[in-house]
Amino acid sequence: MSSVSVTDQAKPSEAPQTPEELLAHPEYAEVTRQVRHAPPRYRNEIGKYHVHRSSKCIKCGKCAEICPYGVHTRPTGYRQMVRPFDYRCIGPDCAKTDHYCVSACPQGALSVTKNPVFETLGDHRWTADLIVSTWQMAETGHAPGPHLESEIGASGGGFDRLRFRFPSSVPADLRPENISTELLINRRNDGRPKLKIDVPWYGGGMSFGSTGITTILSRARNAKAWNTFTCTGEGGYVDRLVPYADHVITQVATGLFGVREETIQRAPIVEFKYAQGAKPGLGGHLLGDKNTPAVAAMREAVVGVPLFSPFPFHSVYSVEDHKKHLDWIAHVNPRALLSAKVSTPVDVDMVAVGSYYAGAHIVHLDGSYGGTGAAPNVAKKNIAMPIEYAISRVHRFLVEEGIRDEVTVIASGGVRTPADMAKAIALGADGLVVGTGELVGVGCVRCGNCESGRGCARGITTTDEELFRKVTIEWGTQRLMNLYNAWREMLVDILYRLGLESVSALRGRTDLLCHLDYEDREPGGTAP
Amino acid sequence: MPAKFHIHVEPAPPRVRPVGKFGIVDWREDCSGCHNCVKRACTYGLYRDEADTLREEVGFLDYIYQCKGCLSCVQDCTKNILTRVVNPEYERLGDDYFTPEIILTTWFQAETGQIPVSGAGFGGRFSGPGFDAMWTDMSEIVRPTRDGIHGREYINTSVDIGRKRDHLVFQDGRLTVPPLPLLSVPLPVIFEAIPKRWHRGPVVRAIIKAAADIGLLSVLQADDVPAGLSVDRDRIVPWLPTADAAEGKDISAAAMAMVPDRADVAEVCASLKKRNPEQIVAIRVQASCDAADRVRQLAHEGAEVVHLVFDRSGLEPTSSSPRHARDVLREVHGALVKDGTRDQLTLIASGGVAMAEHMAKAVICGADLVAIDVPLLLAMECRLCEECERGQVCPIALSEVDQAYAERRITNLMAAWHQQLIEMLGAMGIREVRRLRGETGRAMFFEDLERESFGELFGTPRKVASSS
Repeated sequence: MSSVSVTDQAKPSEAPQTPEELLAHPEYAEVTRQVRHAPPRYRNEIGKYHVHRSSKCIKCGKCAEICPYGVHTRPTGYRQMVRPFDYRCIGPDCAKTDHYCVSACPQGALSVTKNPVFETLGDHRWTADLIVSTWQMAETGHAPGPHLESEIGASGGGFDRLRFRFPSSVPADLRPENISTELLINRRNDGRPKLKIDVPWYGGGMSFGSTGITTILSRARNAKAWNTFTCTGEGGYVDRLVPYADHVITQVATGLFGVREETIQRAPIVEFKYAQGAKPGLGGHLLGDKNTPAVAAMREAVVGVPLFSPFPFHSVYSVEDHKKHLDWIAHVNPRALLSAKVSTPVDVDMVAVGSYYAGAHIVHLDGSYGGTGAAPNVAKKNIAMPIEYAISRVHRFLVEEGIRDEVTVIASGGVRTPADMAKAIALGADGLVVGTGELVGVGCVRCGNCESGRGCARGITTTDEELFRKVTIEWGTQRLMNLYNAWREMLVDILYRLGLESVSALRGRTDLLCHLDYEDREPGGTAP
Repeated sequence: MPAKFHIHVEPAPPRVRPVGKFGIVDWREDCSGCHNCVKRACTYGLYRDEADTLREEVGFLDYIYQCKGCLSCVQDCTKNILTRVVNPEYERLGDDYFTPEIILTTWFQAETGQIPVSGAGFGGRFSGPGFDAMWTDMSEIVRPTRDGIHGREYINTSVDIGRKRDHLVFQDGRLTVPPLPLLSVPLPVIFEAIPKRWHRGPVVRAIIKAAADIGLLSVLQADDVPAGLSVDRDRIVPWLPTADAAEGKDISAAAMAMVPDRADVAEVCASLKKRNPEQIVAIRVQASCDAADRVRQLAHEGAEVVHLVFDRSGLEPTSSSPRHARDVLREVHGALVKDGTRDQLTLIASGGVAMAEHMAKAVICGADLVAIDVPLLLAMECRLCEECERGQVCPIALSEVDQAYAERRITNLMAAWHQQLIEMLGAMGIREVRRLRGETGRAMFFEDLERESFGELFGTPRKVASSS
């Protein structure tokens, strides 16, 4: 079906490894943007409902005939039914339709109950509904059915209490297919490339060491397919990423792990990680178990030793120092755009303005509720302000300073759904960075054990060879490609219902938002 | 440079079977006995451990319900007969304030002495009541931060207890006013007297010894001081709850004593001072809507230390619409600052301090230090089941706990709290906890953020901020 045939398992010995080999075999880096069904990699995918077929079944095939969701199937030529794919079931609400298998079964052999595992899944931010709907998006490439709440979580504040006020009618000549989701990255007229990406988001930094190589490569290939970016994080620039260099941001962080002249020169965007939302004010920390020989070589460190990135940059104690920092990279790579990734302190607006004046093209605000790697619980919960507040403050301040249109504001940290993205943009961000959403797309259940021992038992955030092979590059790429497609479709749908012709027209349109905890300024606000 | 304050940590594995959050259960009797059983593939080797403990008797220490919840087995089982459940025992732990989550993380800290770390972002609520409705600041680019956690910079967590002079007097270049007695503790924490029903076995002794070893203080009713312990050497703060402080047991040897607030409390303090002028006297005040006025008055009357008492969940104990310590402390602190007496008085807050972050937040709101009780019991594996109060058997046989073991658990917990305090201070760029007191500018309060960020956009809040 596709020219992509690079799976690690298939031919580990032949796969090119060095940048030269990879560049000599461009077919390995080829990737086309297309939605294809990407089935879950576990046998028993978790859904909201459990469908049971009892021994009363006479294999008449009636259920397979009527179910439009593919819960019941019987491959041609077979007499036996396949065990129900119950994760696709839309639940008892199906009874209102004419294709409800439970009442259609002549033997009464079918029953639908709640799936007990689903009840134990998720948390306040990533509810079971959000996790499962993200899995479905990654599988199908489209929005999940209405039986899943795929837009908001249950945190009780911020994005989860914001709603759009959709107008009663949209312009007659507006067509969803004409709505633009492009994002302009460089808003300065400084002669550097005017980069544009096809979707208003890119992938967050996940280092080699924290995340498995198969997941890293899946993200890079997907970024290439969608003409957007992924980010190396702080663990150095893996050789196997070189063929995707035009879509790979590299990070300069406090530990300076893997920062070299050639990696800086390769990158279209260089990101300075001043802080990260999950552990604002604290450095990075890679536990010793995950520091394998490959990771240690990349970071020029000793195998098995826990690696700390200090906090802060000990060379940056003022905006002037920050400017020197940016100038350094700007000289090393005259084509690179510069991004300052900062967390959200009390004076986040000042930090944003300072970053702009120091020469950053992108101010990346990382709010306190995101993060994919290990972080002290005390920091994740308590330090720095939630991103929703930070976006509106920074946007307003930049507008007042008269520089809003010269800098790209990127927000991250708790952006889970296209609805969150749209809300963040309406509050004043230009674009978003996603991390956790992608990991959920490749099968994360958010158990939170990314850091300990061999790392992720599901093969995502691990450097253990046996474990990371659970995610293949081909499958991972397809899942992410589907997920991005679903996100884009859902975002376009929101823009269409708002009557906007592009995502950039949504920026700062707080008049289109309302908050459930506030008295409406005027009646007529509607929830999505 | 003086030696850094450091709490020695030694692992103290659980004495009784710990309660985990998740369990995997075989859901249907449909096992096909296939040869690629997922139980063998568990990344954490849990099923193996479980089987081993079934084969060999290893007492209570089996790790059933220690599942990490990765769902790999549930999703891979050939016949889909496994399911994950939340352990019902887990859900019964604790109460509304000391949630199962808090209890489990306290156990972890008491066992390892380490900071709890996890992946995958924060999964909790956006904000919540009390201390959950505030965030602490961090420094970025323009303000120096402190690298305390990796030991490259020293962050001082000690506080002084006692009255301080607002000015010094010199004559001919020599100080003419004598220094007032001060006690120093290396952490902004002391141990509060625990309720009587937990006075079992070596519990009280363990608390006193752990406090003394770390250099903290432990508050204890004067009548409860165990035989053989000295209020002086073991850093006990005898508390005279009801009786006239001047009568009863002689507590003059203690460096600090505690008396309840009453109209003539100044005289009570004076009578104690008469016996031992070096003794610091703390006055215990129930938090209420009059707390600010009362503390101001006490400060004027020359009080050295005021201990503001909140209930277990950090609320005013007797008020009909109780406020949280977060708000009361800010009010009291603000009133004292306005009077110019804040620096003379030491303010201790107790109640509602369940985690390390609450200690830091109480200090930000205006307390010099906090006093804790329930976390100490949790460290000794208590589940707050209240069986003891009903006269039933304690499921963890608390009275049989080994004293040295209990001390180690408490010490580990304090070590973990110390590390977390350093994390928070480092992120804020503050080098000593004394400077954190009342630094509300380095914190962000839910109502303020909502008003400043959203108020302008969305109008007036429908409901009042969740401060109660």
